[in-house]
Amino acid sequence: MSLAEPLPAVARPRRRGRAAPYLFVLPALLLFSVFKLYPIGWSFVISLHRTVAGTETFVGLDNYRRLLDDPLLWTALRNTAIVLAVQVPLMLALATALAVALNSTLLRGRPVFRLGFFLPMVTGLVAYGIVFSVLLNKDYGLVNWLLGLVGVDPVPWLTDGLWARISLGLALTWHYTGYNAVILLARLQTVPAELYDAAAVDGAGALAAFRHVTLPGLRPALLLTSVLSTIGTLQLFDEPTVLTGGGPDNATLTIGVYLYRNAFTYADFGYASALAYALTLLIGLLGLVQFRLLGDKS
Amino acid sequence: MTNRAPGRRAGRSLLLTSGLAIALAAVAVPFYWLVVGATHSSRELFTSPPPLLPGGHLAENLATLQDTAHFGRVVLNSLGIAGVYTLLAGTVCTLAGYGFATYRFRGRETLFGLLMLGLVVPTQITLVPLFRMMAELQWLGTYQAVITPNLALPFGIFLMRQSMAALPKELLDSGRMDGCGELRLFLRVALPPMRPALAALAIFLFLYQWNDFVWPLIVLRDELTFTIPVALASLQGLDETDYGAILAGTSVAAVPMAVVFLLLQRHFVSGLLAGAVKE
Repeated sequence: MSLAEPLPAVARPRRRGRAAPYLFVLPALLLFSVFKLYPIGWSFVISLHRTVAGTETFVGLDNYRRLLDDPLLWTALRNTAIVLAVQVPLMLALATALAVALNSTLLRGRPVFRLGFFLPMVTGLVAYGIVFSVLLNKDYGLVNWLLGLVGVDPVPWLTDGLWARISLGLALTWHYTGYNAVILLARLQTVPAELYDAAAVDGAGALAAFRHVTLPGLRPALLLTSVLSTIGTLQLFDEPTVLTGGGPDNATLTIGVYLYRNAFTYADFGYASALAYALTLLIGLLGLVQFRLLGDKS
Repeated sequence: MTNRAPGRRAGRSLLLTSGLAIALAAVAVPFYWLVVGATHSSRELFTSPPPLLPGGHLAENLATLQDTAHFGRVVLNSLGIAGVYTLLAGTVCTLAGYGFATYRFRGRETLFGLLMLGLVVPTQITLVPLFRMMAELQWLGTYQAVITPNLALPFGIFLMRQSMAALPKELLDSGRMDGCGELRLFLRVALPPMRPALAALAIFLFLYQWNDFVWPLIVLRDELTFTIPVALASLQGLDETDYGAILAGTSVAAVPMAVVFLLLQRHFVSGLLAGAVKE
């Protein structure tokens, strides 16, 4: 160790400084490579094989061909598309309205509201799936009892295809609206108040101010929340598993549920991996479309 | 235009506040009902009208959980797994976030971009190979199988990089001038002002692991090793599902987290937002 001592004092931190950043990021990179990158590559290899009774044979792109005429996959895709087209926009509109309301100086007790609406996010998916399945029980659930008070017949929330989809949408909205609103709210607070004053001077009403000041200001946050919601929706698994088990009659079967079934119920790992790759492709494509639609031109 | 009568403003304020209060009440119903359900027997739950006030069956429900699902052990499993995970993943993410935020080095952007790929690629794609990896390591059924694969959590790294980027460069440089080594600089100079961000990260990681369902469901085999969500889901699959007991278990899973969140939310929300809206 005495050899190191004669080195000029200035050179030491510099030399050490060169390796230091790599040492800081090394644990993360190692773990990520072993448990994420490597499995992603391996997954592709698996998708080129067919698993029958534990033995694997190379089948090339057969699993991908199978995707194209698998009626259940199309059912799952359609269900996912319905959630994407109906629940996500409604939820984001609701979240935007909530964020604007939370940002309003007219609102009393703002911290309480901000907190309260965020709270569902803390609840685990399994936990709230169970609560919703009991609340929405057709014969004894609280929701149908309340509806009965105002003369509405019992709604088959979880046992009818259409209603099961609506229930799934309600549960998702309950869980994620507040979270999205908080992201939007944070962005909203960065919109300069002068812009609103200027709009008022120009004689813009509340609606015009919303359209020309609020919405453009929210754009990056809207992009973020819609990309996050899209990714979440495409991977949807926990909610349908706990709430409906993908039923009734596959009305709430999602790609995530179908993938899981293939892998861990039928042990058809090759096909499950092909499904996963198709899903990744879809997420990538939709992400790209959203960036085009909502992102800045730069 | 801007000088509205104060009375009118107060009226609009009342309207908005009460409107949001009603919305918040609707959001809170499942929470309230969860606690009500946890204190009733399954038979009481499935009567019409359903119970609206807490009952006296909580202890019985918890006893049932203990008998059918070793619930005491399950709660300890969840606490232990989430605790160890938070510690380890917190260390990995903080180190990486600091490295990416405060140093300039060759390959920085590429390596960071690679890690962020993990945010976009669906988790399902790695389920099958990871499952096989765990089988080959003979880790199936063990706690390390639950904890290890997600230690380098991309969102955690992202969060820490965003927060650490706010560290004044002069602070680090003056530390270096004083002859501080890089590791000491990180521990003694960089970390102390990062306490709120670290709290946010810890809450996020703990919640993530506490609520995680799919991966523990896949790798855990023995009832005695189950985490709370896995145990609850397995109870729900039984023929004679005891919903009173399940709701009691669900309360145990949800209520402490809600309380912790309420206590620490200031750190949590602001820490998360620091990461979420900068880009």
